[in-house]
Amino acid sequence: MAYSDKVLDHYNNPRNIGSLDKDNPAVGTGIVGAPECGDVMKLQIQVDENRRIVDARFKTFGCGSAIASSSLATEWVKGKTLDEALQIKNTEIVRELALPPVKIHCSVLAEDAIRAAIADVKRKLDGARPGNPDVAATASAG
Amino acid sequence: MKPMIYLDNNATTPLDPRALEAMMPYLKEKFGNAASRNHAFGWEAEAAVEKAREQVAAVINASPKEIVWTSGATESNNIAIKGTVRMYRDQGRHVITQVTEHKAVIDPCKYLAGEGVETTFLGVDRQGRISMDELRAAVRPDTVLVSIMFANNEIGTIQPIAEIGAFCKERNIIFHTDATQAFGKVPIDVEAMGIDLLSVSGHKIYGPKGVGALYVRRRKPRVRCEAVLHGGGHERGMRSGTLNVPGIVGLGAAAEIALREMPAERVRVARMRDRLWQILDSQLDDIYLNGDIVNGLPGTLNVSFSYVEGESLMMGFSNIAVSSGSACTSASLEPSYVLKSLGVGDELAHSSIRFSLGRFNTAEEIEQAGRQVVATVRRLREMSPLAEMAAEGIDLSKVQWAGH
Repeated sequence: MAYSDKVLDHYNNPRNIGSLDKDNPAVGTGIVGAPECGDVMKLQIQVDENRRIVDARFKTFGCGSAIASSSLATEWVKGKTLDEALQIKNTEIVRELALPPVKIHCSVLAEDAIRAAIADVKRKLDGARPGNPDVAATASAG
Repeated sequence: MKPMIYLDNNATTPLDPRALEAMMPYLKEKFGNAASRNHAFGWEAEAAVEKAREQVAAVINASPKEIVWTSGATESNNIAIKGTVRMYRDQGRHVITQVTEHKAVIDPCKYLAGEGVETTFLGVDRQGRISMDELRAAVRPDTVLVSIMFANNEIGTIQPIAEIGAFCKERNIIFHTDATQAFGKVPIDVEAMGIDLLSVSGHKIYGPKGVGALYVRRRKPRVRCEAVLHGGGHERGMRSGTLNVPGIVGLGAAAEIALREMPAERVRVARMRDRLWQILDSQLDDIYLNGDIVNGLPGTLNVSFSYVEGESLMMGFSNIAVSSGSACTSASLEPSYVLKSLGVGDELAHSSIRFSLGRFNTAEEIEQAGRQVVATVRRLREMSPLAEMAAEGIDLSKVQWAGH
């Protein structure tokens, strides 16, 4: 199966690789997937006082389509408010990257990662115990 | 664009130009049907087929009369398993095989369940080898067939064939081995090893695709197989169908070349395989060898690279052709059942790459491939959340993953 040019471009020139400080109250972290399933995505967003996403970073263990989906997700969330970012649908990722049916789960995972990161930062901003969101706790368990 | 480096020789091999040259007349002017007994076209085709029978038999110390032509190893395995079990149905209904066999052995065994045949699948150790004690314990009074591959296609591990053969002789059980990966690469002797049936493929040994052979022992004991394909009664009734003369000639030529060059080629290929492992092992942490490099096929190297996924690795060195046990590369979306049966966890199965080296690889290609694999693993680890977590001292096996 050949990869689309857009998947190859994101794979070869991934946007926004890296990590933000997960203890920063303005940073939300989403980690989804599992190593035994062959893909794990970590997506982080940082918001300003208006809850607009000013920065995003990702790290992904997975196939090229998973890497491309998460790279694209970081591009798309930047500049959006949290509510706008929640509107991003996996089907739009599928269309943009021309993913074949067997790779649709990569786009689903990217959507899940966006939602998990948003939920995390909302918990922090809305006064849940700061610095101890569920997702970050998941990541550092054990 | 960098030139391609082909390290997937266990999947298929290029046709050796010498085998192609031998085939050419039989694709052109020598087009006769080997079963035409009454004119020169048939006679020259028959002579070519008989010469190829000798060439294939010589590789395994068999008699040419014991070679049956087939369309490939899948068909050979089907005849060996279904044909034998059906022929001896009055003597027993039990087969023993093992978990890392190719699907072309596993599926015929499962299919026979519908005919009332039970199959025992032996497990394997960490290197992928069966235990003789478990084999002995699995034998029942109604066991008619043991089918254990010579060498595994994914990890290269060689089974204790001579021991299995001796045991089967002692217990009067027919012994089949799928030698698709081993034939022409390591010494095989059906007499010394007590093999009764042995499957061969053309395209794994630099011969053409669409042709294979089945060795069927004729004496001590005489093994009989019911036909799977019925028709004109070719190949002593075991496999009807007009013979693929050019393919058979190509397989014969490829077998002769493999036998002649085996002593030097085994050493050369094993040296390149060892060098590739040395490059990877000396420059990367957290990598694991799957299978057995000491007692395995000379050209097979299966490695798991922690924290990176196999398909994304293959994308990174796109001018190197290899294969992976990752689910993303299989139709089933399940990681390699062979690696799982060794006790390799799913994560490391997803992270595995099989390098299979062969006749047309060069030492320079191995250096280049090694460098590119190292660079790609490093680049992907930079973007791996698992590598990051491991570096932070998190035990990945204890994390509660939010699977989906």
